[in-house]
Amino acid sequence: MSLTVAYGALITGIVVWLVLVTRLSTKSWLAQPAGAAAIEEPPRPSAARVGLWIFLAVVSSLFGLFISAYYMRMGHGGAMATDWQPFPEPMILWINTALLILGSVAMQWARASVANGNAERTRAALLTGGLLTFAFLVGQFLAWRLLVSTGYFMPRNPAVAFFYVLTAVHALHLLGGLYVWGRTFVRLQRKDLELIDVRQSVELCTVYWHYLLVVWLVLFALLLSHSIDSQMIFERLC
Amino acid sequence: MAYVAIADRDHEHALHDPQSFIRKYIWSQDHKVIAIQYALVAIAIGLVALTMSVLMRLQLGFPQVFSLIAPEHYYQFITMHGMIMVIYLLTALFLGGFGNLLIPLMCGSRDMVFPYMNMLSFWFYLLAVLILVAGMFVPGGPTGAGWTLYPPQAILPGTPGASWGIICMLASLCVFVVAFTMGGLNYVTTVLQARCRGMTMMRLPLSVWGIFMASVLGLLAFPALFVSAVMMMLDSVLGTSFFMPAIASMGEPSKIHSGGSPLLFQHLFWFFGHPEVYIVALPAFGIVSDLLSTHARRNIFGYRMMVWAILAIGCLSFVVWAHHMYVSGMNPYFGFFFATTTLIIAVPTAIKVYNWVLTIWKGDVHLTVPMLFAIGFIFTFINGGLTGLFLGNVTVDVPLSGTYFVVAHFHMVMGVSPILVVFGAIYHWYPKITGRMLDDLLGKIHFWCTFLGTYAIFLPMHYLGILGVPRRYYAYSNAIDFIPPSVQQANEWISLSALFVAAIQLVFLYNLVWSYFRGKPASPNPWRATTLEWQTPDNPAKHGNWGKDLPVVYRWAYDYNVPGAEQDFIPQNVPPDGHIPAGREHGQHA
Repeated sequence: MSLTVAYGALITGIVVWLVLVTRLSTKSWLAQPAGAAAIEEPPRPSAARVGLWIFLAVVSSLFGLFISAYYMRMGHGGAMATDWQPFPEPMILWINTALLILGSVAMQWARASVANGNAERTRAALLTGGLLTFAFLVGQFLAWRLLVSTGYFMPRNPAVAFFYVLTAVHALHLLGGLYVWGRTFVRLQRKDLELIDVRQSVELCTVYWHYLLVVWLVLFALLLSHSIDSQMIFERLC
Repeated sequence: MAYVAIADRDHEHALHDPQSFIRKYIWSQDHKVIAIQYALVAIAIGLVALTMSVLMRLQLGFPQVFSLIAPEHYYQFITMHGMIMVIYLLTALFLGGFGNLLIPLMCGSRDMVFPYMNMLSFWFYLLAVLILVAGMFVPGGPTGAGWTLYPPQAILPGTPGASWGIICMLASLCVFVVAFTMGGLNYVTTVLQARCRGMTMMRLPLSVWGIFMASVLGLLAFPALFVSAVMMMLDSVLGTSFFMPAIASMGEPSKIHSGGSPLLFQHLFWFFGHPEVYIVALPAFGIVSDLLSTHARRNIFGYRMMVWAILAIGCLSFVVWAHHMYVSGMNPYFGFFFATTTLIIAVPTAIKVYNWVLTIWKGDVHLTVPMLFAIGFIFTFINGGLTGLFLGNVTVDVPLSGTYFVVAHFHMVMGVSPILVVFGAIYHWYPKITGRMLDDLLGKIHFWCTFLGTYAIFLPMHYLGILGVPRRYYAYSNAIDFIPPSVQQANEWISLSALFVAAIQLVFLYNLVWSYFRGKPASPNPWRATTLEWQTPDNPAKHGNWGKDLPVVYRWAYDYNVPGAEQDFIPQNVPPDGHIPAGREHGQHA
């Protein structure tokens, strides 16, 4: 698996390299003709937008590494490994997933509303998105408690440990998002600011929400694919 | 509320000029102040690590003389020395220090794009350092697991600091990663977003390119350190078994752990660890390029190729990590793959070395102190790089692994080399920071003693390594037959040299302090350099850097000795016709 990742990284590097070669071929040492004006570059996207995308790259690296660790740990010991014990995923996770999807839809609604200049609808959509996300976090906490009450909670079982770590790290990122969401929502209430002043914040919150939804879907699929339920379904199908 | 100080929002900047002492110098959002804060903390903690290396050398050179250095202390010194030097000194100084100082000035910007986050980055860094230092005072002392913190021994009883020490170390690393992420986001976004008019990416000085690429590497690689630190902390505190295998410790089978993979930790650690080498090296590469070009009065040879080499090294640094793990029992095909990539990465690195040599070849070389350090870097980096070719090959690495050859190699290539660049850079930019020159004679004494002294330390270590002398040994008893008596003599010599080099750094510190108060006042552009940081209207640059108007760039950063030009340098903000618009004559006079 790691070798595949390594070769994949190498090929990605080569592709990036080829793209850069075409972009960075300027002969910057050549003097501009006398009287020529300074080079005008095309307008750049805002710093906050670029900063967010770079941050998402960092978060991708973080979750990618957690997922790699998950697979490598699961494969460790081969067929003789007995410590990795699948467990049934709490059903509440399905409800939580639905909540997060709805939260993301609400944020998209807020994005469309702010683009249309509708302040009331933006407020309503943003509030809905935030509350749904908060409900998702409460649901995740309940899932943690459910797992404890069912007797499957054993730190020695890496499947359980990964469940807690992955959901906790994802929840922390959502909490960070909710902090920015809160600031945006407060700014939206201010009389001295116009809708255009918060438009970018709403748009960036939406991007972040969609991104964390995708991350959650990947994590949920990962956890689900190695649970007792999926193994039982697989055995029945076979 | 943080102010926004990007290149095109001058009017907002003026409204937020800090007035109080605390906002100006302590809780500051000014990139130049943050740079100095980073540098001071990094140097302070670096001195702690230097002291630890002296204590280690006293033990190795003169065993049984200094009874205060117990075996567990020795391992704690090894660990803290390595971690501090790599992470808390070099990474913080190059990116937090020089990155903060140079990026906005060289890009022609007023500040970083997220100044508030930039300020938080420093305070989180300080918190990380404080947690690390706190680890020295907890029960059991700091961890003695070696800087790689390999499980299972890092958290097993018997290893120094296996209870609280390792927790402090891991917590400190996690906080450091958060600090770096906030800083790194700033560095990368500022380079992409806040360059002044005319400053295209291909007109950026190589210092900025090196810091930019190192920041990208850090942003993508530090999460691996974070993941491994979090998982190991859970293994230690909550009894999970991510990395901890079933094991007997102190004669008793572990009732807590089973089935974990120590190898998984190694993969995660080195996925961070090898890019970390280039996180330190790339800023050094960039800075040394600018030092060589400025002090040899020649344009950098092969600028475009230098940029591509930085990018190539950055990409390839993510696919060489397992060459640190040849002896971990991995699949031989793995070893073949990583040996190949390791040799490939030597190509862009060699290109850079050739270009540095060709830059100064037949140049008008001024043997100033920064130039001496830059040339010293080339020598040392070639030395360390060549021994890297030995260790990159599986068959040669296996017998040399775990010996002093490895210690000599990595100290040459990522210890001494970048430190020489750090010194060169401080001598070069000190006038920009303080408005005064560092003393030249003291600087030259500092250079020659440091340069020759480090060779006296590390060249004999290659010999020890080839003899097979193992590293990380507290003492070499007579029972080890293959170690001849000459090894002890070499160790005495190395230790005396290390004491000398450590002591000579006091000259540097004295120079820093003395020159700040009594140094010769510096002209606005004392090195007659072309880059934008020397073209600010005030020296040292004031808050906002550029006065009323931002500079406009018309040329690359290496117009030295241009045929037909009045002076032997043309700053980047001089228009093609040589006429500088009124109000933009920042620092044109030498």
